[in-house]
Amino acid sequence: MAETPGTSALPITPAPGALPALEPSAHGPAWSPGDDVIEVTRTPAPGPARSTWRTFVETLRGLATTLGRFREPAITIQYPEEKTPVYPRFRGRHKLHRFEDTGLEKCVGCSLCAAACPADCIRVVAAENTPEHRVSAGERYAAVYEINLSRCIFCGYCEIACPFDAITMGHDYELSDYDRTDLIFTKEMLLAEPLERTPLRNEGE
Amino acid sequence: MTVLAEVGYYEEWWVQILKAIVIFAVGLQLVPVVLIAERKLLGRFQARYGPNRVGPYGALQPLADIVKLLTKEQFRPSTSVGFLFALAPLISIVTAVAAFAIIPFGNVQHIGGERVGLYGIDVSIGPLYLFAFGAIAFYGIMLGGWSSGSKYSFLGAMRGAAQLISYEVSQGLALVGVIMTAQTLSLTGIVEGQKGMWYFIPQIFGFLIFLTASFAETNRAPFDLTEADAELVGGYNTEFGGGRFASYYFAEYLNVLVVSGIVTTVFFGGWLLPFGIHPPGWVDPIVVLGKMAIFTFFFIWIRATLPRLRYDQLMSFGWKVLLPLATLNALVTAVLVVVTH
Repeated sequence: MAETPGTSALPITPAPGALPALEPSAHGPAWSPGDDVIEVTRTPAPGPARSTWRTFVETLRGLATTLGRFREPAITIQYPEEKTPVYPRFRGRHKLHRFEDTGLEKCVGCSLCAAACPADCIRVVAAENTPEHRVSAGERYAAVYEINLSRCIFCGYCEIACPFDAITMGHDYELSDYDRTDLIFTKEMLLAEPLERTPLRNEGE
Repeated sequence: MTVLAEVGYYEEWWVQILKAIVIFAVGLQLVPVVLIAERKLLGRFQARYGPNRVGPYGALQPLADIVKLLTKEQFRPSTSVGFLFALAPLISIVTAVAAFAIIPFGNVQHIGGERVGLYGIDVSIGPLYLFAFGAIAFYGIMLGGWSSGSKYSFLGAMRGAAQLISYEVSQGLALVGVIMTAQTLSLTGIVEGQKGMWYFIPQIFGFLIFLTASFAETNRAPFDLTEADAELVGGYNTEFGGGRFASYYFAEYLNVLVVSGIVTTVFFGGWLLPFGIHPPGWVDPIVVLGKMAIFTFFFIWIRATLPRLRYDQLMSFGWKVLLPLATLNALVTAVLVVVTH
């Protein structure tokens, strides 16, 4: 029976001041916790006086604590009516943008977002702009731009990859649907303004 | 004919039937009120609203719950014992309702020329009647958990058996002091005996012991080991659904009301008011209900505050602390009663 080379090749050297390593067993050297060992200190068991104190006074203190909650307003957010406000950099549903002055789409169909997407949920099919049919500011535009939101992991790599800031992460988080095919958002849906605006969190909230 | 339990006096038969209908029509309506009150109050204790969708301020929530439960399918696990499985919730609810009958809501009134006592029955064995039905109620939990054929239910039932038996002793002994002071077992007699001073002042230890043991007897937090949602799913009622679960639920809250009523009657002067106020007779039930509401609130308050005990803590507390204290209380009261008479 030859000794496996792995066991002798990795000797465990205990750190100075560490607990002595346990006896090596047949399964190899014992694991030593090293310096990370924390001594658990336990308080002594309470005596009769302390027990009585705990039973009555501490219980009354607890009762006062819970009764004190009555003075506080409820912190519940009544969800369908009120929405949880999000932070400005919250990554929700994507938005595609247009130039405000010309109304042309910012997206030039370069597919860098699709390349950056780790979930592979963006599909871009580019087409050439012509003088008669100009959609974007560049040479080409995105004829098809689809994001499958049921696969999207909302990592935000697409907006980082985009050289023209054409796609950004919006604030909408209500993205449930009855059908998976409804979750494939097309270019028109991504360009449109959201129907309901998600509230933003105020400063210091 | 031997009268086994002497009743204070006999009313006309139709008065008794009418009285029973009125008391249970009012009394059983209190259960949904306690239900919604508990959920709303627990919400407030935890800085949230509680149910607020059904009806104004969520007031119709218990109605929605009951309708939901009653329209559900009756099912039972294939490993269960059908007969006992159906019987167990019935035992729970019948004993709770029966115990409700002895709570006095007022003194004897003269209504339309008839003497009517504002209580279901005034048995001359008041507390014994209570403990008798308390002991039978234990079968509801025990059989329910056992016949379910599920390990969670079984564990819950076994815990319930040990817990109820342990704390019943202390609960009974805590009342012995009051009974010796009042020299009667009739609950109306006990209330009459408190005209000078409510019994919670001379019997403060008896009161505290009774209250603590009552928490265990009603399976309420911090003694809700029988249900113990966190570890036993639902304890003895894990396998119950629909109307049968509703029965258990109803019985639990009715038990809270019964215990509140007993504490009110035995320690807090029932329908009596302090500072020499003597209102007309029709105020008596309102006074009793008001005092019951305070103790029901206390039950909910404790539930919002104290965490559940461990099983060994429950047992050592019951046998090593409560039982000796209750015995000592009964002994000291006995000596004092003999010395002062």
